[in-house]
Amino acid sequence: MSPILEVKNLFKNYGGTEVLKDINVSIDEGDFLVLVGPSGCGKSTLLNCIAGLEPITRGDMFIDGQNMTNVSPKDRDIAMVFQSYALYPTMSVAKNITFGMKVRGVDQATQDAKLKQVAGQLQIEPLLHRKPGQLSGGQRQRVAMGRALVRDPKLFLFDEPLSNLDAKLRVEMRTEIKALHQNLGASMVYVTHDQIEAMTLATKIVVMKGGIIQQIGSPTEIYNRPANLFVADFMGSPAMNLIPATARKNGKGSKIEIARESGDPIFLIDTKNKDLPENVIIGVRPEDIADAALGRAGKTQEADCLIDIVEPAGADTFAVMQLGGKPVTARLHAETKAAAGTAQRLAFDLGKVSYFEPETGLRLN
Amino acid sequence: MTDMSYSPSRGQSPALKLVLRSILYILLGLFALFYLMPLFVMITTSLKSLDEIRTGDLVSLPREVTFDAWRTAWSGACTGIQCEGVKPFFLNSLLIAVPAVMISTLIGALNGYVVAQWRFKGSNIFFALMLFGCFIPFQVVLLPMARVLGLMGVAGTIPGLIFVHVIYGLGFTTLFFRNYYVSIPSELTKAAKVDGAGFFRIFWSIFLPLSLPIIVVAVIWQFTQIWNDFLFGVSFSQAGTQPVTVALNNIVNSTTGVKEYNVDMAAAIIAALPTLFVYVVAGKYFIRGLTAGSVKG
Ligand SMILES: Nc1ncnc2c1ncn2[C@@H]1O[C@H](COP(=O)(O)OP(=O)(O)O)[C@@H](O)[C@H]1O
Ligand SMILES: [Mg+2]
Repeated sequence: MSPILEVKNLFKNYGGTEVLKDINVSIDEGDFLVLVGPSGCGKSTLLNCIAGLEPITRGDMFIDGQNMTNVSPKDRDIAMVFQSYALYPTMSVAKNITFGMKVRGVDQATQDAKLKQVAGQLQIEPLLHRKPGQLSGGQRQRVAMGRALVRDPKLFLFDEPLSNLDAKLRVEMRTEIKALHQNLGASMVYVTHDQIEAMTLATKIVVMKGGIIQQIGSPTEIYNRPANLFVADFMGSPAMNLIPATARKNGKGSKIEIARESGDPIFLIDTKNKDLPENVIIGVRPEDIADAALGRAGKTQEADCLIDIVEPAGADTFAVMQLGGKPVTARLHAETKAAAGTAQRLAFDLGKVSYFEPETGLRLN
Repeated sequence: MTDMSYSPSRGQSPALKLVLRSILYILLGLFALFYLMPLFVMITTSLKSLDEIRTGDLVSLPREVTFDAWRTAWSGACTGIQCEGVKPFFLNSLLIAVPAVMISTLIGALNGYVVAQWRFKGSNIFFALMLFGCFIPFQVVLLPMARVLGLMGVAGTIPGLIFVHVIYGLGFTTLFFRNYYVSIPSELTKAAKVDGAGFFRIFWSIFLPLSLPIIVVAVIWQFTQIWNDFLFGVSFSQAGTQPVTVALNNIVNSTTGVKEYNVDMAAAIIAALPTLFVYVVAGKYFIRGLTAGSVKG
């Protein structure tokens, strides 16, 4: 089976500036691909190129095996939800949803049936006769989704569809979109700058920066094995701790030394990774630094650390300290006794540790 | 929109407020009087008989109201050798203004739509040149235009005059519509493209229905310009195709017989009525259209 979407060596220039550089992505039917990256990295541009709304400078684009590089948007069998929703202001909700079918000459009976089905699915029946101006943000968002859903396309494209909603609604809609994807089994490409959205929704994540793909992988791969410092820092909240350290050969593994301004360095033994260069940046997720007293499964190594700040966050408590000249966050159990200004015994778990080359930022292990 | 009224006298004593208010209204009243005076004189004069004009006072009310002057102005006054009043010329003006307004508004809307939403290579230069067209003085285009009309075989005809006014008005109407459409998010066009709509479908189904305020602006502007035009009218017309402004000039300047001020005034008011009418009917939208900002979905 050919992939539902395949982008090959795509380049996109606006005038003299290269906005997308050598993009290669492909997804299979039923995949939920999330393009994530900071604002201005070219996510929307890539999505517009996939939709055919922006011509591409070089490269090829296949949808369901067919070369779509020079095909107009209406013939690509796609539907798109825009960041601003882009509802037609003078048309009622019902007309907004059926406009695409009307343009394509679908008969009235089918239009009515589809409208009814989608309105039921999204629970917007009472709104059908309203104009977009009379809807709340969340309702507009639903209508925009409805306009895409009636089309039943090969590929759904979403450009930051939740970014204009308030936090609570955003989480609700996120769940709904996930459910929708699971129920429809549809193929989706979803753009967001919010890494939590990316992690929760995606079956496959593309992390972008400056028009270049940094890493492609499943959410777990991206989270556990970030390809470089950018991905490590961007994905995950709080971000991965990236601590400058010195590595020395130690039997089959390495001995890692992390300097501290106050007091002795911390020594950690990594039994799995050898042949590390002397200067490395060690990446440890906050949840891999735990409260030694409260116990934790797995092999850990303990050290006393002076806690600078304690931030209770309900289920967890975050503790911030200085290691290797960087603030380091630990995700502690809510019942921790850690207090600002006091030393706390912490357990470091190197099971999922990442190492990066300080100069290039590339992953070493 | 919330209440935007702003009171400069907030926090002042009621007495002072009243005084300031009174001064304001007195000033406004004086200005209104100043501007209304000529109109008042025109109307009263047009309702007087010639005798009364000769003997009476310029600003006094007519002793005896008569519509004779209006009748003469409409269908009997002499514009040179011909004495049919302004009626045929009024009709000419309508025949010129109505199609010219409609065509220039429609093309301007299409132009604005293209320049704002369908950028092409050089569309900015295209728009800049259109804008430049707004600032070309009438006199400059007279001779080349006469030549073009001759080549097209429409010199001295009403279609010729329509053509001239459409060309001259396009710069303005394009500007109006472009500025209006530029504030409409381009995602709207994109959404419609994905929905399968083409260039004209998007214009017709999405942009035109949004455009009422700016259409009103363009229509008022164009109608006023074209109706009040004298120079093109006098340059590119012949005996049977002159617009009302030219006829009015001929009536007022015709040298035969006594000067009939009442007929002149009536003819002038008749010539001005349509633009007044357009303002009264659509003026409310005019202000709204000029200040209309972004279109919220
Ligand atoms: N029409 C355009 N002309 C020129 N540059 C553009 C245009 N659209 C986007 N860009 C540039 O391309 C880059 C990527 O933009 P975009 O894809 O919108 O980023 P994102 O969606 O990731 O925030 C930005 O630097 C932006 O300034
Ligand atoms: Mg974007």
